[in-house]
Formats: sequence, structure tokens, C-alpha cells
Amino acid sequence: MKLTLRVWRQQNADADGAMSTYDVDDISADMSFLEMLDTLNEELILRGDDPVAFDHDCREGICGACSLVINGDAHGPERTTTCQLHMRSFEDGDTIDIEPWRASAFPVVKDLVVDRSAFDRIIQAGGYVTAPTGAAPEAHATPVPKPDADFAFENAECIGCGACVAACPNGAAMLFTSAKVNHLNVLPQGAPERETRVLDMVAQMDEEGFGGCTLAGECATACPKGIPLVSITGMNKEWLRATRKSGRR
Amino acid sequence: MTRTMWDSSVGKKTVMAVSGLIMLAYLVVHMLGNLKIFFGSDDFNHYAHWLRTLGEPFLHYEWALWIIRVVLVAAVVAHAVSAYQLSRRDLRARPTKYVHKKPRTSYATRTMRWGGVILGLFIVWHILDLTTGTVHPDGFQSGHPYQNVIDTFSTWYGSVVYIVAMLALGLHIRHGFWSAAQTLGVGSRTRDRAFKTIANALALVLTVGFIAVPVGVMTGVVS
Repeated sequence: MKLTLRVWRQQNADADGAMSTYDVDDISADMSFLEMLDTLNEELILRGDDPVAFDHDCREGICGACSLVINGDAHGPERTTTCQLHMRSFEDGDTIDIEPWRASAFPVVKDLVVDRSAFDRIIQAGGYVTAPTGAAPEAHATPVPKPDADFAFENAECIGCGACVAACPNGAAMLFTSAKVNHLNVLPQGAPERETRVLDMVAQMDEEGFGGCTLAGECATACPKGIPLVSITGMNKEWLRATRKSGRR
Repeated sequence: MTRTMWDSSVGKKTVMAVSGLIMLAYLVVHMLGNLKIFFGSDDFNHYAHWLRTLGEPFLHYEWALWIIRVVLVAAVVAHAVSAYQLSRRDLRARPTKYVHKKPRTSYATRTMRWGGVILGLFIVWHILDLTTGTVHPDGFQSGHPYQNVIDTFSTWYGSVVYIVAMLALGLHIRHGFWSAAQTLGVGSRTRDRAFKTIANALALVLTVGFIAVPVGVMTGVVS
């Protein structure tokens, strides 16, 4: 395959960036998108140019490091992570636009790499349980209703990649935050901090400068792990409940 | 608690949802009342007069109307201020736009902000036209709403402004009602289809119901 790539190049956080055009040849349809970028970078290095910086780690779709907006879609045209996207999703001769996640809370570090520590601070605000849990307990020690367990697990699938923020027209982190709130709030293990968790995590989310939710639904469409839009509804419910309860104290 | 509400993006959305639902409930009654115009001038004018005597003798003349007006103004202001502040936050959250642009989200979702501005301007126009009579064509007659409505919709611009605003209203409700359900946390996977259907039905019924009046005047059914 022969492709034309238009890639966002930005020297550092303070520099102005721009789209640069590169031609790549001999791309196999079986390559992953990141392997295609590796091919480009090898050529750039041989030419003595600066390789394109992009985030990646496990390359098996579970770590949440990769973060590219491909042709306007977070993680590209398939519903998966960029590392699990293969070149067979493109046609020979295509022009592909590659941009970083765009959000003021995710400043660009270099080229396609953004700083996602805002997510870490949201987790630090309440995305944990305070009870010491030790080793994995006996599975039936704490009974959990099956629908609750399913909902918790569905939300726990979030890998924190930030595609929801990248896809949201408002740069909101509602889907991420709701996934993290729900997966603990619905379980008995997360019950002691049920109110403070949602209040603190939403407050931190606002503090980081993420936008608000307009229920556009782009986040849930882009999410490689299929976190549903109804997670946001669930978090809103938890937030209102916590606000009512904390008002009574 | 009020502080938590107003300072949070989630809380402000709650303000928008509640104020939106108040306005929506009013619009349903307003639309049904408007349809009395098809029963002739006596019915319509009598209904308009009854609105002023509503709640008597417990309330004085026009008190009920003024209570409704105060509640509505509060709802409009709360809705608009929240929308403005949330929109500012949303725009700040993505200062650099994507180079590769895609048509995202549905038309109703994309037009919420500008549609809301259109509706806000329309409310001002509508009150100046049919409540105070400031911009009314052919001399506004207080106490003769039937004739005033006919005069307004006998001008091309009166009908155009009204119909455009009602189409904007339909789109606004289509996304707004369903969104309010999500914001208030009452939506769920099993109820999703029901909320979407109710939103579409409300949007359609209100738009058609309101537009029926200018269409009635223009076609001569109401004269």
C-alpha cells in the first residue's frame, strides 16, 4: 500500500504546531497502524529527521497508552484502540490525517503525545477504596447481585485512554469519570466512599478544565472498550444523590 | 448544597434540565390553549379572559398569571445563564480544533446553542408582539387576543418568524427532553427508547400544534 500521511508535528508544548505531509510506501495491509508509523519513523531516522513522537505501550489494546485521532476519529475508523487498528481498514492511495487528542486539559507534549495526568488526578480524587483489601478474597464472601457485578465490570473495562475526551465536541471527561465512579459505587466494597467519591471526582474533573456534557454521545461511540452512554446517566444520578445527602449533614 | 449545584458542571446541567422541563410543561398548556382559536373568537377571547380570573376568589385578578410569568422568567434566566456559562466552559475545553473535521452528532444536538439563542430572541419578539403590542401591526387591541393573533399572522414576517421559531423549538425539545432525563439520572438502558419516543412525540406535537395557528390564519380557516 502507498499512503499519504498528514501528521501533526509540534516541537514542544510551547511551540506552534502544523500538519506535515509524508509519503509512505510498501505498507502491508496486515500491519497495525502503529507499525505503519514505525515504518515512517525508521525512514525519518535514516534521513536524519526527527521521528514522529506518539504514545504506545502494550500494543495489545489493554493499556490505554495509544492516543491518535485518525481522520477525525479517536482511534480511527474501527471501534478499537489505535494499536489494534490494522491497515486493512484503509485503501491503497488514501490520505490519512493523524492528530493528537485535542483538549485544554490534555496539553500536547510533542507531536502526537499529550499529557493525560489530568485523568490521574481525577482518580486520586476518589477512584479508589479505602478499605485494605489484602489478597484476593474468597469470591462469595461479599455477595454482589449479578446485574450490579455486570454493570461494575462493564465500567471497570475503561482503560483511561481519553478517546472519550478526544471525541467529545466539548472536550468533556464525563464518560471516563462516570466509568470510574460507577465501577466502585455500584459495589459493596466501594460503598463507604459512595458520596465523597462522586462529588470529589466530578469537582476534580471540572477543576482540570474539561468541558461539560451535552449528551452528544460521541464519547460512547469512540470508546474502544464500549463504555455505554448510560454510565453518564448513572453518574449524574449518583452525583444528585450525594448532593442531597451531603446537604442534609 | 446550592453552592455545590451552581459550581459544578453537572449541577448546572441539572438547573438546565429542571428549568427546561418547567418551560416544556408550560408550552404544552400554552399550545393546547392556542388551539381554542379554531373554535371562534368568543371561545378564544373567553379563554384568554379566564386566564386572568384563574384562581379567584383565592387569588386576585391576574395574580395567577403573574405568578406563572415570574416562574417562567426565572426558568428562562436560569436556563440561559447556565447554558451560557456551560458553553463558555465547553469552548475553553477545546481551544485547538481538529484539522480533519467530521460532521458530528445529530442536527438537533448540534443546533442546541444557536437554536436556544433563536428561541430567546423569539420570546422577546413574541411578548412585544402579542402581550405588550409594541411591535404589533395594525394597532394592538388589549383584551381582543383573537383579532391580535389574526393581525400578526396576516403579515408575512409575523408568520415566518413564528414558524421558524417553532421549528427551532421542535429540534430543541427533541434533544433537550431526552437529555434532561439523562441529566436527572432517570434514564436507563431499558427506558432509553421510551424517553426518545416521548421526546420526539413532544417535539412533533408542540411544533405542529403551534404552527397550526399561523397556517390556519394564512389558509383562511381562522378569520
